[in-house]
Amino acid sequence: MKRAQRPEGYWHIVLRQFRRNRVAIAGLVVVLLLFIIAAFADFIASDKPLVMKYRNQVYFPVLKDYAAWLGVARWETQFQNVSFKDFVASNFDKRDWAQFPPIRYSPNEVSLTSVLRPPSAQHLLGTDDVGRDIASRVVHGSRVSLSVGFVAVSIYVLIGLFIGALAGYYGGIVDMIASRMIEIMLTIPTFFLIITVVAFLPPSILNIMIVIGITNWPTVARLTRGEFLKTKSLEYVVAAKALGASDVRTIFRHILPNTIAPVFVAATFGVASAILIESTLSFLGFGVPPSKASWGSILSNARQLLPSGWWLTVFPGLAIFLTVTSYNIVGEGLRDAADPRLKES
Amino acid sequence: MPDGAEPLLRVRNLKKYFPIRRGLLSHIAGHVKAVDDISFDINKGETFGLVGESGCGKTTAGRAILRLIEPDAGTVRFDSIDLLQLRKQELRRKRRDMQIIFQDPYASLNPRMTIRTIVGEPFAIHRLAAGLEREHRVADLLKTVGLDPVMMNRYPHEFSGGQRQRIGIARALALKPKLVVADEPVSALDVSIQAQIINLLADLQQQFGLTYLFISHAIPVIEHISTRIGVMYLGELVEVGTSAQICLAPKHPYTQALLSAVPIPDPAAKKQRIVLHGDVPTPINPPSGCRFHTRCPIAVERCKTEEPPLRQIEDGRDVSCHLV
Repeated sequence: MKRAQRPEGYWHIVLRQFRRNRVAIAGLVVVLLLFIIAAFADFIASDKPLVMKYRNQVYFPVLKDYAAWLGVARWETQFQNVSFKDFVASNFDKRDWAQFPPIRYSPNEVSLTSVLRPPSAQHLLGTDDVGRDIASRVVHGSRVSLSVGFVAVSIYVLIGLFIGALAGYYGGIVDMIASRMIEIMLTIPTFFLIITVVAFLPPSILNIMIVIGITNWPTVARLTRGEFLKTKSLEYVVAAKALGASDVRTIFRHILPNTIAPVFVAATFGVASAILIESTLSFLGFGVPPSKASWGSILSNARQLLPSGWWLTVFPGLAIFLTVTSYNIVGEGLRDAADPRLKES
Repeated sequence: MPDGAEPLLRVRNLKKYFPIRRGLLSHIAGHVKAVDDISFDINKGETFGLVGESGCGKTTAGRAILRLIEPDAGTVRFDSIDLLQLRKQELRRKRRDMQIIFQDPYASLNPRMTIRTIVGEPFAIHRLAAGLEREHRVADLLKTVGLDPVMMNRYPHEFSGGQRQRIGIARALALKPKLVVADEPVSALDVSIQAQIINLLADLQQQFGLTYLFISHAIPVIEHISTRIGVMYLGELVEVGTSAQICLAPKHPYTQALLSAVPIPDPAAKKQRIVLHGDVPTPINPPSGCRFHTRCPIAVERCKTEEPPLRQIEDGRDVSCHLV
């Protein structure tokens, strides 16, 4: 018997199992990559230089843009409302230089001189009917997709956990009411409910997040309820009750940690479907406002232009496909890793 | 019962019926009469053994006494307090004095907690010790039950069944309870480990002046540890007496049958095995009259219609049988 202290908790085991699954790891890498792209979208695709030297002074226009947006700094008067590309072309002399991001266009930068260009060295993924760079739009669109996926799922997981936990733990009349609510919600086709609700609301990302959030909780609630029912009669939960533990303590310290894994797996799949819902809504024109680039809205725009410009549909479509697939792969890997039958190995 | 002194635990007419729900509106279609009107006393410092076949309601009785399951009727006076009258908060505080040891050492420890947290939890719940002091008390408890405190940071799955049961005992003893309900504490363990745990429980009783309600289906275990024994059949107590009375001179035909099934470790010994025929009837619809009459070898006509009360036949000796 080893005397060394080596705590190995449940999540350590899950992690170890997950690491063995190469496909899932690949999915996780893609998801993390997407997060990096979304977080640094402005540094990857922008019409402003990352760094530039102008008249012996070094500027960081992209960072400045953030600062100005936050209200902690102001643009120098000479750069106010200026197009940096024009500025560089007309004002720079030999000693000045500017380093632009890899994609030198902003997502909403209209250029009527380069409309519907196929992919080229200048526009990696081509341009749309008003000359906006598709690469830039796809990069910035990742923000909408990922944040909608994340926030919407967080909302409904919280609601679902709360209702499911109450129903499963207290039973009786609470369970009756909660279960009927779940059943009623499940009979309503969620997507049409979302369309109906969104039709009455001004288009905004927040509204979409909230609507997806408050329509999708029943599956999580049902899952949580079942897990709670199963777990609350286990002897260690009875033991906690026998010790005099409060309901809050019993729920949060004994039941929840032992029921959260399947909810977590469901949430991962949920992110994928929330991203799909957002894309679909934007595609149908109920989604993000036109000023925001989203994968769905790029597709929606492309639909009117078909059959010209295959690049308008292929690249945002590919982005959606890649993201949703990666999330599903990660979810599947997590489900397998969290399977109690594998715990011992 | 010694005159004047009130027993530590006095159970009167305890009942627990589980409703069976059926159909769309889940109307109640009947009741499983798990515990049907049982009464007994446990004096301070003694071990009361509750014995019976699987499904006779002994576990339900133990849990109903601690209000881990809410009883439907009866009174439970513990430590001069009527437990069934306590409100939720009062009951939670009172739980310090009454603890339970479970049958399945694999299910009774939270798999996500270290031993330190599991054994330290009673102190956390009742805000009795924190930080280093809690740590010392946990270490002491582990030593008391024969475990090395070095193992504190491990998770339950790293222990054997016997070790886990020791952890469960340490947790139950943390708050120095007056009454411990031991619900089949050894039936899930290997025979060699069973003896260790039984002896540990006996030592701890000496050391801390504990009172046990010891629930088991194994007569030899019950006989070894109990001062008094109650025999249950289909939710009812059929015979109560001292360990010697029950095991050496059983009066109720059911007790006699139970005892005759215990193997005697002597090949020369002559044994009169009473074989009971038929299955245990369902507790949903128990037989009329004496519940045991369907399997009783000596039943007469009267047993089918008239229910025998649990009556005292000598001092401290109760039997429910018309023919005794």
